[in-house]
Amino acid sequence: MFPRIAFAATLSLALGAGAVAAQDLADQVGARQGQFKLFALNLGTLAMMGTGRAEYDARAAQAAADNLVALSGLDQRALWPAGSDSGAIDGTRALPAIWDNPEDFAAKLVALNAAAVEMARVAGDGADAIGGQLRGLSGTCSACHQAYRAPQ
Amino acid sequence: MRQRAPLVLAAVLAMLAGGLFWLSRPQPLPATAFAALAPGDPERGEAVFHATGCAGCHAAPGASGAARLVLSGGRAFATDFGTFRAPNISSDVAHGIGGWSLPELGNALLRGVAPDGRHYYPAFPYVAYARMALQDVADLHAFLSDLPADATPNEGHDLRFPFTFRRGIGLWKARYMDRGWAVAGDLPEPAARGRYLAEALAHCGECHTPRDRFGGLNHARWMAGAPNHSGDGRIPGITPAQLGWDAQDIVIYLSTGLTPDFDAAGGSMADVVDNLAGLAEAELEAIAAYLLILPDPRQD
Ligand code: HEC
Ligand code: HEC
Ligand code: HEC
Repeated sequence: MFPRIAFAATLSLALGAGAVAAQDLADQVGARQGQFKLFALNLGTLAMMGTGRAEYDARAAQAAADNLVALSGLDQRALWPAGSDSGAIDGTRALPAIWDNPEDFAAKLVALNAAAVEMARVAGDGADAIGGQLRGLSGTCSACHQAYRAPQ
Repeated sequence: MRQRAPLVLAAVLAMLAGGLFWLSRPQPLPATAFAALAPGDPERGEAVFHATGCAGCHAAPGASGAARLVLSGGRAFATDFGTFRAPNISSDVAHGIGGWSLPELGNALLRGVAPDGRHYYPAFPYVAYARMALQDVADLHAFLSDLPADATPNEGHDLRFPFTFRRGIGLWKARYMDRGWAVAGDLPEPAARGRYLAEALAHCGECHTPRDRFGGLNHARWMAGAPNHSGDGRIPGITPAQLGWDAQDIVIYLSTGLTPDFDAAGGSMADVVDNLAGLAEAELEAIAAYLLILPDPRQD
């Protein structure tokens, strides 16, 4: 899958791009946080059904899983300029470690993409099937937050 | 009178030093404390292992899956006192704790005392484990003995003076250990079971409770949130007044890592969720019941 390789390369490019003035980074930070909110909303649809808190709806489940596949495959080129880490500016929880380990950060997004593909494969098979994949999927979110996102 | 003042001072100082020496002495449990226990049950010990989170510190950094059962040590913790490294506690006899008896493990966990009588540093969260039931220690001992051996040698810590002196930890313990339950009194079930899981085994307070400048937990602000000593940001408060979640929200978070907004747990909490996800749902419900009765830290 080409976006994966492109993404890893992109972060390295962004690293070399040199710091931009802090106020110029609000758009990028806002955009990437918005992207993560979209992750959460779509994961939420699946989690509600998979834990029996919402009635199973095959089309809504499929749409949410497909969205997660699409979202986690987005090119990240514009979102991670150098100097937009939590050590450099306020308003972000993105740790500087992202820019020290761009390949690993990219690999964590690839892992999410792979888990989302798995979810999309079974999303039409009922609430139990979704429940069975839920921890595998949310675990890929946590794995990245563990290494690269500061608590509040 | 005048000439005797230095003598009196010397005597007082000697008594003080003696007192401090006495206060700072290691206080292991007698071996008889363990004599009446049922033989350790490794299956029950596995649940204790998950709840106490030994792997989070003693497995190799970044280990996942089956590698989390190889307790080769090596994880480093940077603190104000220097860098601590979790030692090898695999079943290897030379480099791990393969040769340790139950009382030896019990004294490490419940008293923070090594087999040779030295104090351990409280980076090893024995302040919480001190509340563990002896039978749980016996079951854990049986489970640990069945885990793989690993021959990684210990690297040792990198501490600033005067924290290199282990004897001084005895004074710290005299001040901060053996405080009973942080949330005192008789609790109804399942909150009482939840208190045991949260305060004795899963040591939630070690991260979620702020510390004073000597590193002692501030019981007046129990679980009220704290600076994140392993990096940027703040560890959130989890009293009901701060969290605003119901029991189901808490159980789902502890078993899946997902918040009511479907954000996914990160930082050092991700490991805790990995560990707790292996517990029975009733245990997580007990932890939730306990969190929901925590006092409001804003009312003092
Ligand atoms: C490749 C790493 C990575 C993956 C995978 C990942 N996240 Fe994140 N997430 C981050 C980082 C970094 C931030 C902090 C961004 C910032 O503040 O600039 C973040 C922030 C968030 C936020 C807070 C957004 C805000 O409003 O500030 C939410 C919610 C979130 N992620 C949910 C998820 C969910 C749900 C998933 C899985 C479906 C997921 N994330 C997967 C790295 C990741
Ligand atoms: C090793 C440190 C550590 C331990 C031990 C720990 N936590 Fe946490 N906890 C954290 C961190 C860090 C966060 C923030 C997670 C994040 O950034 O996504 C957190 C978040 C939480 C949250 C979510 C709070 C919110 O507002 O989103 C809850 C609930 C919670 N912990 C409960 C517990 C319970 C219950 C225990 C014991 C069973 C526990 N924690 C043990 C570090 C810890
Ligand atoms: C928060 C991290 C952390 C957790 C969780 C933790 N430990 Fe440790 N442990 C340490 C550190 C750090 C030391 C070194 C203490 C010292 O040298 O004074 C240590 C030391 C030890 C020792 C002494 C080893 C020796 O060679 O003397 C034993 C035994 C031990 N731990 C067992 C356990 C068990 C069993 C658990 C789970 C019930 C556990 N630890 C959980 C951090 C941890």
